[in-house]
Amino acid sequence: MTAPCSPATTIIGLEVHVQLLTETKIFCGCLNRFNPEEPNVQTCPVCLGLPGALPVMNRRALELAIRAGLALSGTIAGTTKWDRKQYYYPDLPKAYQISQFDLPFCDGGWMDVDDADDGDETQASRIRLIRVHLEEDAGKNLHDETQRGRDSRIDLNRAGTPLLEIVSEPDLRSAAQSRRYLEEMRLLMVYLGVSDCNMQEGSLRCDANINLELVNDDGVAIRTPIVEIKNLNSFRGVEAALEYEIGRQRQEFAECGGVYADSEKQTRGWDADRGVTFAQRGKEDAADYRYFPDPDLVPVQIAAEWIEELRTGLCELPAARRQRLVDDLKLSRYDASVIIDQGRDLADYFEAVAQRCGDPKRAANWVTQDVLRELNDRGQAIGDFAIDADGLAAILARIASGDLTTRSAREVFTALLDDDPEGEQVTVEARIDEIISDRGLATIADSGALEPLIDAVIERNPQAAADFRGGKQAAIGKLIGEVMREAKGADPQSVRAALIERLSS
Amino acid sequence: MATALESSATLLDQLTDGQTTSLRLTQDCLDRIAAHDTAIGAFLHVDSEPALAAAAAIDRRREAGEPLGLLAGLPVAVKDVLATRGQPTTCASRMLQGWVPPYDAHVVERLRRADAVLIGKTNMDEFAMGSTTENSAFGPTRTPWRLDCAAGGSSGGSAAAVAAGMAPLAVGSDTGGSIRQPASFCGVVGLKPTYGRVSRYGLVAFASSLDQVGPFSGDVRGAALLLEVLADHDPRDATCADEPVPAYRDQLERPLDALRVGICRDHFTEGLDKDVDEAVEAAIDVYRRLGAEIHDIQLPHARFAVACYYLVAPSEASSNLARYDGVHYGARSDDYDGLVDMYCRSRGEAFGAEVKRRIMLGTYALSAGYYDAFYLKAQKVRRLIQQDYQQAFTSVDVIASPVAPTPAIPLGSLVSDPLQMYLADTYTISANLAGLPGLSLPAGFSDDGRPIGLQLLAPPFQESRLLQAAAMHERETQWHLRRPPLAEDSS
Repeated sequence: MTAPCSPATTIIGLEVHVQLLTETKIFCGCLNRFNPEEPNVQTCPVCLGLPGALPVMNRRALELAIRAGLALSGTIAGTTKWDRKQYYYPDLPKAYQISQFDLPFCDGGWMDVDDADDGDETQASRIRLIRVHLEEDAGKNLHDETQRGRDSRIDLNRAGTPLLEIVSEPDLRSAAQSRRYLEEMRLLMVYLGVSDCNMQEGSLRCDANINLELVNDDGVAIRTPIVEIKNLNSFRGVEAALEYEIGRQRQEFAECGGVYADSEKQTRGWDADRGVTFAQRGKEDAADYRYFPDPDLVPVQIAAEWIEELRTGLCELPAARRQRLVDDLKLSRYDASVIIDQGRDLADYFEAVAQRCGDPKRAANWVTQDVLRELNDRGQAIGDFAIDADGLAAILARIASGDLTTRSAREVFTALLDDDPEGEQVTVEARIDEIISDRGLATIADSGALEPLIDAVIERNPQAAADFRGGKQAAIGKLIGEVMREAKGADPQSVRAALIERLSS
Repeated sequence: MATALESSATLLDQLTDGQTTSLRLTQDCLDRIAAHDTAIGAFLHVDSEPALAAAAAIDRRREAGEPLGLLAGLPVAVKDVLATRGQPTTCASRMLQGWVPPYDAHVVERLRRADAVLIGKTNMDEFAMGSTTENSAFGPTRTPWRLDCAAGGSSGGSAAAVAAGMAPLAVGSDTGGSIRQPASFCGVVGLKPTYGRVSRYGLVAFASSLDQVGPFSGDVRGAALLLEVLADHDPRDATCADEPVPAYRDQLERPLDALRVGICRDHFTEGLDKDVDEAVEAAIDVYRRLGAEIHDIQLPHARFAVACYYLVAPSEASSNLARYDGVHYGARSDDYDGLVDMYCRSRGEAFGAEVKRRIMLGTYALSAGYYDAFYLKAQKVRRLIQQDYQQAFTSVDVIASPVAPTPAIPLGSLVSDPLQMYLADTYTISANLAGLPGLSLPAGFSDDGRPIGLQLLAPPFQESRLLQAAAMHERETQWHLRRPPLAEDSS
C-alpha cells in the first residue's frame, strides 16, 4: 500500500441544532422542559399529532431565533414560511416535521473561530454560514437495550421543542477547528440567552459533513465521497468522530486509489464507545422529503422595525468582548479568551473587579488563576462564589495601594473563602480589615517600624552584612528573607531599600 | 307534535313557548333515526343516552329561567370528521375505527356552549374523499328521496339526516363541494363558508387549504342560525380570520336591492342534466322577477379547476394522512415484520381504495422532480382562478350556477369510474380553490322526484349577502317545504 497522498485538504461543514429556551413549545402551549423521568406528560393534541389538531407559531421562538441570526451576522428575511419535511419515524407523530425549506428566516452569516490558542499570535478564521432556520424537534424513541427484543417506547415530551438549525459552509479545515467552531457557537448561544446548550440533555447537537481532497498517484486531485456523521452530541465526540473519519477516508482512498464504486453521499453514525463511525443508510434509502409549504400555517412577515429593535437589544457578543478586553483593557489574547470562554457571568465578574480595583491586568491574573482554580475545586459557578466582585476588587485595591503584599492578599482571599457564609454580616471592606489586623498582615511600609527589626537582623548576621558592604550584592538576600519572616506584611521592596540604606550608612 | 321536520325557528319558538321540550325533540330525532336509518345510513354513531341527558339538563335550565345559548336545546348531528370528546371519531375509516378523541373540535365546543344537543356522528366518504358517501368503510348513505340513490358526499350523512328529519340541523365539511353537493342531492340548504370563517381546529384534515366547516338546515334561516354559532375567531387555527361575525339572521328578511346575479354560460353546456338545467334557469328567472339584474360573467380559468383541485387536494391529503401509521393511535396490522412492514400493512389494510388512490396521486405530485410541474403549477393556476372571481365580483354580487351536473345518482353508478366522479365536482371546487363562500339551496326536482340544488357564490366574508339572496329565492319558491316520502311519514 502506498502512503496516501499528502498533502490533503479536509473539508468539513457542520449542521448545528440548538434547542431554544422558550417557556412553551414552538407550535402549542405545552411546557418546553427536559423531563425524561415523566414521559409524555408535556403533550397535547397538537404535539401528539392527533387528527384535527393544528399548529400555531410561538412568536417568542421566532424572536429568539432572530436574535441568534442577528448575532451570527445573518440577513433576516422580511418574509419567511413553514414547510413540511415528510418522513416516517415513530418519534415523529405527524410523519412530517414542520421546518423551513426554501425561505429560511435567516440567510448567510458567519462566525470567526480562533485558529490556535498560542497566546497573542492567534489568527481567526471566518466560517461562513449558508443559512439558519427554525423547526420543531421530534420526540425520542426509547429502545429496549437488553437485547431481549422488548417493545420500543416513545416519549413525545421533546416533540415540538423549538430547534434552530445552523448550517455552515464547508469552510472548516480540521477536526480541532470544528470543535472550536462548535464551542464558540455554544458560547454565543448561551451568551444570547437563546439556549442553555446542555449537550447531555441534547439541547446542542451536531451533524458533520466531511470529505477530503487528496492527490492520487497520477497527481490528480480527487475528492472523497461526502460523509454525513449524524447526531454528535459532545465536543469531544465531534473532534474524535472527524479525526476517525479523516483517517478512514484516507485509508479508503489509498485502498481504492481514488476510484470509488459509489460516489454518493453516505450517512454514518458515531459509536463513541468503540470510537468508530459506521455506515447507516445507503443511497437506495435516500430520502425524498417531499417538502411543501405547510397549509396550516401562514407565511410570517418580519417587520424591519422589529428586526432593528432586536438588533439594538443584543448584548455585546463574546467575540467583540474578547477583542475589547485586548484593545481597551490591554489583556493578553490568551487571558481575554480564558475569561470570555467561561461565559457571560464570569466576564461580568471580571469586568466589575477590573473597573473597581483599577488594574485590569491584575484583575485578569487573579480571575484566571485564583478564582478559576477555586471555582473548579469547589465545582461552583461564579454566581455562587463566596467572594463577590466588590470583595476581590477591595483586596486587589489594597495590593495596588501597597497596603497588602500579593502573598498576604492570597491569605486574605483564602480567609474570605473560608468565612462562614452564615456568620456575622459586615461589609467586605470591614471584614478584610479585620482579617488583616487579626493576622498582622498589614504592610510595614514606613521605615520607622522596620528599623528595629533591621538592626536586629544585621546584628545577628554580621558575616552577611560584611559581605554586602564588601560588594557582594547577593548577600543581601539572606537579610531580606530574615526581615520578611519577622515582619509579616512587609513589602520586600521597602525592606531591600531600608536594608541598603542602613548598611550603607 | 313538533318534529325535527319543522324549521329550526319554529322549533325554537315551541321550545320557548313550552309547547315542546328539548327532551321530546331529541327523543323524536332518536325515534326517526331508529325508524329510518337502517335504510338511509346517515349515522355512524348515535349518542342516545348522553343526548337525552344533555336535553334534559337544558330543559331544567330553561325551567329555572337560566339564559340558554343560541341553539337552546336543538339536536344537531355532526359529521364524523370533527373531533368529539368522548364520542368516537372515525372519518368513516377502518383506520380510526374505535378512536375516541380526548378533545373537542372548536366548532364542537361552540355547539356545546350554544346548548346544542349533540345527537350523533354522521356518515361520510372516508376522510371526506368522495362525492357519494359510498367511500365510507361502513356502508353508503342514501338520499331520503330515493333510497337507490346516493345522498352525495362527502357529507352525505349530515345532509340526509336533516332531509329525513333525524336532526333539524347538522354540521358538515366542504373541501370541494362536500356540503353543497349532498345538500343538493338531499334537498336541503348547505353552506360552505369563506375559508377562514370557521375554525378548523379539530376538523380532521383532508386538504388543509381547502377544508371548511359549515351548516346544513332545512331552510335558509336555520343555516344562518347555525353559522352564527360556528363562525368565530379561533387563535388555535392560524388560518382562521379575525373578522367580526354578523348576526346573519337579522339581515335575512331584507331583500337585496338591485341585486346583480352573475351567470357563467360555460356552466350550461354539455354534460349538464336537462332537469338541472331547467331548474337552475327557473331559479334565475325567479331572481329576474324579483328585480335582479342578470349578467354574463367570464371565468376563463374555470376549465382548469378540476385538474388544479385534483393536484392540490391529494398533495395535501398525502401529507395529512401520513400520520396514520399504526404507531400512536388507530389501526395497526396484527401481522407484520419490522417497522416498515408495520407501516405498509397497517395503511394497506385500513385505508380504502379511494383514499389510497389520492395518497398515491399526492405523493407523486410532491415528489422530487415533479413538485414544480404539478403542485407549484397547480398553486399558480389556483391564483388565476381566484383572480377570475375577483374580477367577476366587480360587476356582480352573487354568481348562480348548478351545484352538480345531475340530481342524486344511483348508488354504484360512478364508483368504479373515478375520473367521471371527479369531473362531477366541476361546479363546486372553484369556490374552495378561491376560498369563497358558497351555498346550495333547494331549487326544484327532476321529473322522477329527485331534488335539485342551486348554487350561489359570493365574495369572501359575504355570507350575509349569500343568505339574503338565498332567502329571496326561498320565499318565492317554497321548495324547501317538500318532504321526502319516507314510509311512516306518509301515514
